[in-house]
Amino acid sequence: MHFLKAFVRFWYDFIIGDDWVVAAGVVVLLVVSGALARASMHTTAWIVMPVGVVVVLAISLRRATSAR
Amino acid sequence: MVTGPFFLILSAFLASTVEMVEALTIVLAVGVSRQWRSTLIGVAVALVALAAVVAALGPALALVPIDALRVVVGSLLLIFGLQWLRKAILRASGHIELHDEQAIYERELAASRQAQGDARGGMDWYAFTLAFKGMFLEGFEVVFIVLTFGANAAADGTGSIQLAAAGAAVAVVLVTSVGAVVRQPLSRLPENKMKFVVGAMLTTFGTFWGSEGVGVVWPGQDAAILAILAFVLLTALISVWILRRSHATPVAGGRPAVARPAH
Repeated sequence: MHFLKAFVRFWYDFIIGDDWVVAAGVVVLLVVSGALARASMHTTAWIVMPVGVVVVLAISLRRATSAR
Repeated sequence: MVTGPFFLILSAFLASTVEMVEALTIVLAVGVSRQWRSTLIGVAVALVALAAVVAALGPALALVPIDALRVVVGSLLLIFGLQWLRKAILRASGHIELHDEQAIYERELAASRQAQGDARGGMDWYAFTLAFKGMFLEGFEVVFIVLTFGANAAADGTGSIQLAAAGAAVAVVLVTSVGAVVRQPLSRLPENKMKFVVGAMLTTFGTFWGSEGVGVVWPGQDAAILAILAFVLLTALISVWILRRSHATPVAGGRPAVARPAH
């Protein structure tokens, strides 16, 4: 059980890292971009990705600096 | 696209250099304070284990359908890249301390000297375990980048896992050679700048591949990668600038000083 917890903890720290908002934000962005692409809104879809990445980064940085 | 293989090798090389410098600090501290033979055996076993992971997972990734590979691997690359970039921005803007290899070396040295001996069969198992863990954990991040970046590049026809592994291997040899000569932590390396660049590249390629996997069509196809990279770098540099300005410096008495515009 201890090994399983340590294993899960390792992967959580490795993938999610210091801020879960980054991982969650990336998932949301890909879902939204995918939905836009399927609706043939390609221009909006490719704009959403880099702009969304900047927003996710900004939110994460804000959380990191306001916590100090 | 010619830039594809270039960015692949550069990312793997820079990421590997940064991680191997951190591993070198641990290995040096353990080797100097304990027993070199056990330390180096621990390092060798870790490298073999990491090579085995690449050898096992590399071909397996090649069997995954390309769109699924792009989404999963691209999103992992993007998350990883944003983590590195986030930390590099916070360090560059002074919100968290720069990674100090010398301080880490001295701390590890002190801890190793104090640790109880555990010698069985001629091996210092404390030294072996610490060296193995340090090398494996630091190296695993490199393996992750080599596999994700390499697999996506292979699917795109712009690179391969072998090319990424070659970039990483060059860094391992370089850091090991320099470390063996100077026998000190490589604290003068611009680690944070390197992490900044790697973070930006991983974020760029993760953005491009992850979104391609969900059906997004980029204008200019692969040429969009350069535009995304420029956008990410510019955003990151502006973030450092904004955060530096907002970072108050404590003065004597404990009250933070707020910069007032000169009149």
